[in-house]
Amino acid sequence: MSKPILQLKNVRKAFGTLAAVDDVNLSIGEGEFFTIVGPSGSGKTTLIRMLAGMEKPTSGDILLHDKRINDTPANERPTCMVFQSLALFPHRTVGQNIEFALKIRNVDPAVREKRARELMQQLHLPADYYSKNVTLCSGGERQRVALARALAFDPQILFFDEPLSAIDYKLRKTLEKELKDIHRETGKTFVYITHSLEEAMVMSDRIGVMRRGKLIQVGSPNEIYSTPRSRFVSEFMGDVNVIPVEANGAGSVRSQSLGASFKVLANSVEAKAQCLVVRPEFLRFLDTPADAQNSLRGILYNEYALGSRIQYQVRVGEKVFLVEKLRQQPFKGKLDDEVLIGWDPENAILVADE
Amino acid sequence: MSGDSSFLAQPGRRAAIPIMVLLLLGFVAPLLAVVGFSFMPPRTFGLWHEPSLENYERIFSDNTYVSLLWSLGLASLTVVLLALICYPVAYGLVRVFGRWSTALTLLFTIPLIVSENIRLYGWVLFFIKGGVLPGTLKALFGVEMGDFLFTPAAVLFGMVYVYLPFMLFPMTLGIAMVPNQMREAARDLGASRWQVFREVELPLSTPGLMIGSLLTFVLAVGAIAEAKVLGGQRIIPITHDIEIAFTYAQNWPLGAALAVLLMLVVSVLVLTVLKRFDLDQILGKR
Repeated sequence: MSKPILQLKNVRKAFGTLAAVDDVNLSIGEGEFFTIVGPSGSGKTTLIRMLAGMEKPTSGDILLHDKRINDTPANERPTCMVFQSLALFPHRTVGQNIEFALKIRNVDPAVREKRARELMQQLHLPADYYSKNVTLCSGGERQRVALARALAFDPQILFFDEPLSAIDYKLRKTLEKELKDIHRETGKTFVYITHSLEEAMVMSDRIGVMRRGKLIQVGSPNEIYSTPRSRFVSEFMGDVNVIPVEANGAGSVRSQSLGASFKVLANSVEAKAQCLVVRPEFLRFLDTPADAQNSLRGILYNEYALGSRIQYQVRVGEKVFLVEKLRQQPFKGKLDDEVLIGWDPENAILVADE
Repeated sequence: MSGDSSFLAQPGRRAAIPIMVLLLLGFVAPLLAVVGFSFMPPRTFGLWHEPSLENYERIFSDNTYVSLLWSLGLASLTVVLLALICYPVAYGLVRVFGRWSTALTLLFTIPLIVSENIRLYGWVLFFIKGGVLPGTLKALFGVEMGDFLFTPAAVLFGMVYVYLPFMLFPMTLGIAMVPNQMREAARDLGASRWQVFREVELPLSTPGLMIGSLLTFVLAVGAIAEAKVLGGQRIIPITHDIEIAFTYAQNWPLGAALAVLLMLVVSVLVLTVLKRFDLDQILGKR
């Protein structure tokens, strides 16, 4: 990681007796695209509001370039936020919205307009939008205006509070990519908040997962996806098969409910309550039990076409397993057939049951 | 819609007939009657005489227009004073006073339950020579208060007092409608508190100011009790002239002409303002 630009030390924010953000420690590197993911109510919005200066931490410190900024008001911080509501000024044109920060700094109107027009071009906004009423813009255009307005401020860190959550899927995908391009072009530090793992995976250098006010895991998208530390993280990161298990000697765990033992990587077994996590794409249909080190027999219950992949539900006793395969891979199983599914130890992980 | 279908072919229009009849009889007909009377010869009581402009000529040859100017002047001053007084109060109610706001709002609302005339007579007792205020001042400090009651200033005071809620509440609404995130965004973009107010809060709350101003202006132009009670009839507003023409003087056509003139002036003013300030545009809705 590059030199840290923003550091959080034991940051806590309490509303009454409820700790919305609880003892968060984090260091964000200069130029990094850092995403905080969490379900609603996990404290991620409170956290970013403290970083932007709209809330003060109850305790702990926020450091920008090693300087404590807890009590620096938002207008004196070299950071800028793109809001979920975008908060564009409806009584101003697109140009006036983008130029707002420059107007506040008394920048010469001609210089302001030049900068605004540059940003509009960079963000693919048509030049004649300059004097357009911002309320007449479409959703995607408004996103771009909001981003341009924040970039015109020339912040050291840009905060994003779920700006894409109200946008339809296709446009969201386009904007995610554009945002990542902008991040590369500007080289600025981006701190992004979302409840969507997909969004976080596409854009981020690193992801922090929040739950009940605590930052429970920080890592690259790949780390978060392939080595989640807890059941919560693994489930939050998409469809997974989670089997509660207990230790059963070295390299083996046992599931009470399935009445079966599974081979696991020897070093991952711990005494506390654990869950075995197998992603659907690592589960495969077997011809004989010998084809994989772990196998289960079940009934093919349902199938869903996911586009390039097909997802199957396989019922083993009371439990339903998800199995995914690529569409072009051959498979001749039919619904209600008895099937054999299996996986190898290196494709499953043991996580804490929390 | 095809051109040859009759007016009543559409069910919507048929359904609108009852309310249209009611509005025609209840609002349009009386208005037309007043307009009609204003063109009748003075001191007549029918609508079927030869029309003439005599009443309007009289208004301008006499000095009756002076009362129109008084009414407009006092109403304008009232609006300006109310805007200056109410904005800070409304701002406080929305942003500063917190849970005290409800109690304060009640304090502003409760007097509305009492009749306007009674409240004005209350102020007479307050300001009259030897009344609550001058009496107290004299007894406690030996200060002789100059005459306030029965002056134009007292009339203005009465109007500001009576119409305050009609400015305050639209304004409160206007300020409350400025989204919090809009203010936060402005501040985040580097604006000081004053700049947030000037660039975002004030312009976005103008609809409240506009509606309050129009409301109080129209009400204040039609004010009559303040001049009678607190002004001691030193000032004659146009409404008083209209009342006299219809009652004591029994000159309906003159009263009608004055009423029409007042309506015209007020409508022109209001429409000009509405045209200049597009409320929809300020609110960002189209």
